[in-house]
Amino acid sequence: MQRDALAALARRTAPVTQPAPPGVIAALRWACARDLRLALRSRSELALIVVFFLLVTSLFPLAVSPDPELLRAMAAGIVWVAALLASLLGLARLFAADHADGTLEQMVLAPAPLAALVAGKVLAHWIATGLPLVLLAPLAGLQFGLGADAIGVLVVALALGTPVLSWLGAIAAALTLGARGGSSLLALLVLPLAVPVLIFGAGSVESYAAGLGAEAHLSLLTAGAIAAWVLGPAVTALAVKIAHE
Amino acid sequence: MTTFARFWYRYASPASFYPLAGRLIPVFATLAVLLAAAGLYVGFFVAPTDWQQGEAYRIIYIHVPAAWMAMFVYLVMAFWSAISLSFHTRLSAMMAQALAPTGAMWAFIALWTGAFWGRPTWGAYWVWDARLTSTLILLFLYLGYMALRASIDDPRRADRAAGLLALVGAINVPIIYFSVQWWNTLHQGATISMTAAPKMAETMLTGMLLLTFAAWTYTIAVALHRVRSIIVEREAASGWMSRLASPERPPAADGSAPSGAAAR
Repeated sequence: MQRDALAALARRTAPVTQPAPPGVIAALRWACARDLRLALRSRSELALIVVFFLLVTSLFPLAVSPDPELLRAMAAGIVWVAALLASLLGLARLFAADHADGTLEQMVLAPAPLAALVAGKVLAHWIATGLPLVLLAPLAGLQFGLGADAIGVLVVALALGTPVLSWLGAIAAALTLGARGGSSLLALLVLPLAVPVLIFGAGSVESYAAGLGAEAHLSLLTAGAIAAWVLGPAVTALAVKIAHE
Repeated sequence: MTTFARFWYRYASPASFYPLAGRLIPVFATLAVLLAAAGLYVGFFVAPTDWQQGEAYRIIYIHVPAAWMAMFVYLVMAFWSAISLSFHTRLSAMMAQALAPTGAMWAFIALWTGAFWGRPTWGAYWVWDARLTSTLILLFLYLGYMALRASIDDPRRADRAAGLLALVGAINVPIIYFSVQWWNTLHQGATISMTAAPKMAETMLTGMLLLTFAAWTYTIAVALHRVRSIIVEREAASGWMSRLASPERPPAADGSAPSGAAAR
């Protein structure tokens, strides 16, 4: 009895030597805000990605044919391929700079959960590089003569699919930290894994245009997005840890 | 500890696995040669000519085993990667590393022979069939695995990074397979399907199974051979390797370097 009381007293009077580690949400918010601030300071790099996206979509009519029927049939595929390639461009900056100056190592050592920090970084990455593509997709859709409904489906599909691309890219970017080979290696790792996203993303618009409805494709994309957000943080955090062993 | 666990623990060490692999290679290599000879004999001399496809169908004796092995080897590779990631065992990562080139070779052979079979049968070297496309993506997954390994200098880091990639790929393989299948049916409607092929004669199946086992034993023999080379490469500086290189000398107390160099 007496010992319990003493222990309770000791607990109450013990000096706080260590602050509680930041929670998951706080860590995520901190990492996201930091990376967004950094992204704002290198706006021209981000603008390049957007320009690249529009440039690639504009190359297809020049290379294939200006035939509006053909272009309308190909529109979703072209936009998706362009988005996939554009998403590769920004990946190098996701972890590499933080790895080079040691920030990433501090994040690995930090008391906050690494998966939350990584999730914040990927969220910021998506807002900086994925979201502009989603918002610009209607422009590309108009260029190819898509109807308003089809453009809506395209935007929804991109909004669901580009975070999955960000997560796949984040895993690959973390795995290639400190590796030779650079962006071509990154492309070789990401593109085969991104095939299902491409198929369901582009397929949603096509099946909508064919009168089959886009629900099935969009549901599968949603499933992919959920899986990416659930599994992505842990896998990416493990890959970042491997890079710092 | 059960004998089973003791067996695994014992042969998880490169030092004790190296001689075991050396003893197993001739066994599997001989099996591979015998099975391949029997399978090729059955496939090319005993099995009847297909009434629909003529003699061209005989390429399936190479094609189907190669396609099966391409998928199977990826799963085995992912399995050893998972073991290596969870137990930090060096040898399982080496096994995964040793399997990758052979798996890539099977995927390539499956695509190549498929093209040769497709030309007389479908009238085209390549169609965007679900199986063809997913095998092509599988080949890219193998290439990505090997490229990632090759571009990381530290072997332990390469083990773990490539292992994680193999696991992510293994989760994705069924998704890729089904998405490609769905994509294909959406695009082409009724397409040439291998599942609708006429029922196989029994001798055809025998030949194909014999050659599948030949491909399997060949893969084991080659992977064991490659894993021995990897062990020699990585453990060259270790004491047991230098004793292996010069057994007549008494074991040096310091694991002397000169005989270690001779192992290479």
